[in-house]
Amino acid sequence: MISADLNTILPEIILAVYAMAALLLAVYTTKDKMAGLLTWVTAALFLALALWIGFAGQGTTAAFGGMIVDDAFARFAKVVILASAAAILVMSENYMARRNLLRFEYPLLIALAMVGMMVMVSAGDLMALYMGLELQSLALYVVASLRRDNVKSTEAGLKYFVLGALSSGLLLYGASLTYGYAGTTLFSGIIEATSDGVSLGLLFGLVFLLAGFAFKVSAAPFHMWTPDVYEGAPTPVTAFFATAPKMAAMALFARVVHDAFGGTVEDWQQIVAFLSVASMFIGGIAAIGQTDIKRLMAYSSIAHMGFALMGLAAGTAFGVQAMLIYMAIYIAMNVGTFAFIISMEKDGRPVTDLASLNMYSKVEPGKALAMLVLLFSLAGVPPMLGFFGKFYVLRAAVEAGLVWLAIAGVVASVIGAFYYLRIVYYMYFGKDQDEALDRNGSPVLWTFLMGSAVVMLVGVVNLFGVEPIAEAAALALAN
Amino acid sequence: MGNLLTITTFIPTIAALILAIFLRGEDEAAQRNAKWVAMAATIMTFVVSLFILFGFDPADTGFQFVEEREWLLGLEYKMGVDGISVLFVMLTTFLMPITIAACWNVTTRVKEYMIAFLLLETLMLGVFMALDLVLFYLFFEAGLIPMFLIIGIWGGKDRIYAAFKFFLYTFLGSVLMLVAMVTMFYQSGTTDIETLLTFSFESETIKVMGIHVIGGLQTLLWLAFFASFAVKMPMWPVHTWLPDAHVQAPTAGSVVLAAILLKMGGYGFLRFSLPMFPAGTEVLGDLVLWLSAIAIVYTSLVALVQEDMKKLIAYSSVAHMGYVTMGIFAVNQQGIDGAIFQMLSHGFISGALFLCVGVIYDRMHTREIDAYGGLVNRMPAYALIFMLFTMANVGLPGTSGFIGEFLTLMGVFKANTWVAAVATTGVILSAAYALWLYRRVVMGDLIKESLKSITDMTPRERWIFAPLVVMTLLLGVYPSLVTDIIGPSVEALVGQVTTAQAAFEPVTLMAQH
Repeated sequence: MISADLNTILPEIILAVYAMAALLLAVYTTKDKMAGLLTWVTAALFLALALWIGFAGQGTTAAFGGMIVDDAFARFAKVVILASAAAILVMSENYMARRNLLRFEYPLLIALAMVGMMVMVSAGDLMALYMGLELQSLALYVVASLRRDNVKSTEAGLKYFVLGALSSGLLLYGASLTYGYAGTTLFSGIIEATSDGVSLGLLFGLVFLLAGFAFKVSAAPFHMWTPDVYEGAPTPVTAFFATAPKMAAMALFARVVHDAFGGTVEDWQQIVAFLSVASMFIGGIAAIGQTDIKRLMAYSSIAHMGFALMGLAAGTAFGVQAMLIYMAIYIAMNVGTFAFIISMEKDGRPVTDLASLNMYSKVEPGKALAMLVLLFSLAGVPPMLGFFGKFYVLRAAVEAGLVWLAIAGVVASVIGAFYYLRIVYYMYFGKDQDEALDRNGSPVLWTFLMGSAVVMLVGVVNLFGVEPIAEAAALALAN
Repeated sequence: MGNLLTITTFIPTIAALILAIFLRGEDEAAQRNAKWVAMAATIMTFVVSLFILFGFDPADTGFQFVEEREWLLGLEYKMGVDGISVLFVMLTTFLMPITIAACWNVTTRVKEYMIAFLLLETLMLGVFMALDLVLFYLFFEAGLIPMFLIIGIWGGKDRIYAAFKFFLYTFLGSVLMLVAMVTMFYQSGTTDIETLLTFSFESETIKVMGIHVIGGLQTLLWLAFFASFAVKMPMWPVHTWLPDAHVQAPTAGSVVLAAILLKMGGYGFLRFSLPMFPAGTEVLGDLVLWLSAIAIVYTSLVALVQEDMKKLIAYSSVAHMGYVTMGIFAVNQQGIDGAIFQMLSHGFISGALFLCVGVIYDRMHTREIDAYGGLVNRMPAYALIFMLFTMANVGLPGTSGFIGEFLTLMGVFKANTWVAAVATTGVILSAAYALWLYRRVVMGDLIKESLKSITDMTPRERWIFAPLVVMTLLLGVYPSLVTDIIGPSVEALVGQVTTAQAAFEPVTLMAQH
């Protein structure tokens, strides 16, 4: 019995044991000297686990009395999380090393965060959920302030921690209310308890839970921390924040609203729809005035979370599928975009000012072109893949009768298009300047940038077969 | 040749890829190579497209050369042409080599310029051939990207404002269409245009936010499509992006914009609004007719006071597109025949007029009308060609402009006499602004010092105009070339729409009582 249970969470165990063993090893031996090696090993382990989970896993198994669930949905989320984290780690190695930020804790904290995320997306119980969430968050608070002699980075870490603690508190309060009124912390128990409607106490619990999740996915109106943390954290860390944790939190969100409250869609649909609309518009409008590309990407991610939530607001299996596809595409775009942002530097120092991109297309036409593709993809202009993400969620919303949400979404996407075009404007139409960015020859970053751009174009053919996998994942959830 | 349409569509893309990957350097040789590759590709596209034209059977009103392949999410990659679209395909392939020839003088970033135009050609051809809603949307919308870059990188002084306005304006229009398409997909379960043409959407009166919508879902969908196509067309009062875009765009960009991109709006009306939402057309058709009449008169008056040549021609384009929308929503054979004819003829004429402006702009670097005068003394060949196209723009009998205007006016006269009466004044006004422009630029004595040394057209420039002159005159005296091809398809379309509208009428009457 117990061995079967342990078998189910074997990937998590391996990763956790690896992280702790490597921590011990590094502390007692060479410390930061082996940080570079550790980064690569951790990335390789992520990738191996992603492949293993992706190919070997099948069916639905519940472990520890339903506290941990391993199903197609969890596997989809885990593969995306692990693969994107591996990509970001590889991308960050060079950047961190050159700025003396490559401490051995960095890859290991990321690995621990990954364990938390994997538990989150597999959670079948409010306790498991909270454990996963906290493990992830604590690791991320530290990573955010990795550049500890820098005011902004420290500020980012502190802000993230204080607000994160607040949101965890909200979430925990919601969980306790839910437990009190449903009599159980198991999702399967909650859905039974709500089979004949949601009591007022449960509704309160639900709202607090949703508020906590909204903070984690940085949906408006719980988004305030995002721009500051994105700006303050070292760029590779920002790249990490923009990808894996978003997917994990979004998957957790979907898990709870469907597995625990799937019987009472109408009770949370409006809240999610509101979060969606608010995020899309705040993300779109607030980004217009930004001059820092990292802050801009923060607002961009808020708007994108709004679109992903639109799929979730539909409250259907197709909605979940649309959300998963949207998130996968979003992450593929952001990996490339951040590969570009990481490579932005002048005289060896990182710059994030938009104006520094003036006429970048003359300095490095290839990279500028790839960035152009990514930006139009982020804006959701066909034929780039970003458009298909939007198409899926729009369809989910329309099929669920949320036409107003779909219309609001497309209007917000037009507003959002403006600031992506502004980057294009700097790169292609801007003024010539003497101090162009360095020609950063990092082959790793170049590969990720180009790869991401090519994926955006070629994916149009068949989405690389993600569609049926996402469908299976969604069906595993919303049964 | 089972996939002739795909081959035609993607020849320019392949050429663009070749340029992007293999062509290096910015020196003169590289620039020349880029231009020649683009020229060869566009000519090849034209030649291949001739096979479509000659293989096309006008008597068959269905889609021909159909290609179908599965795509994701139940969408299809489906291409095909019918009598309505085939000539737009030809218009595009015919004009693109001329456009490429028109940018022979460009020296900045030539490779990128050529790539942008080649990709644009693929996307434009795709719009006219796509038989799947989302595929259509994909081509329709993607065309914004190269055009945005063409205006923004190679445009005039205020190019950035114009590029952003162009992009955001048209983007906002089309995203509403996207929501409508998703709704259609949901309602009918398919995105296949061929199936949707025979699918009838709900037309029961419904209540939306307290407002009774006669024609129900059809009217709402119609409005969403209208938002997109009216901006693209462009119709008054959402035309304001066009003058800005035209003035700032480089010559070749203006040519493509006026001659082909605007036609997507008209094509969209014919392909979607009319046959798919006949009830919506019935309910709101008169509104379009009046908007068109206003557009014709208003923009003609505005054109009269312009001081910038390109802006004047841009406003004249809006007026001419007014005839098109008017003809389309007259919903009868003459009207729609005329509308399609007008679009094709406007493609040649407005393209040629922008090229005419380009010729003197290249020499004097100004588009101010006041900066010119008496050009006939130094540029007789130019004066002749400019006169021909001015007359064609006015709608002189013997040129293609006349046929289009006459047919649309005749169609509208049958549908709504008052609109026809108002619109006819536009004919006089167009003569006023076009002839006055010609008078100020070409006629009179050559007083201005700066013009004393201006040279007449080079052989290259003359050759660019030759095919346009031929087409304008040929269609002017032998319009059956066009109407024979479009006739049967238009007849089928009109029949379908009027039948559907006849079935719809009692429903509205009941709703009103």
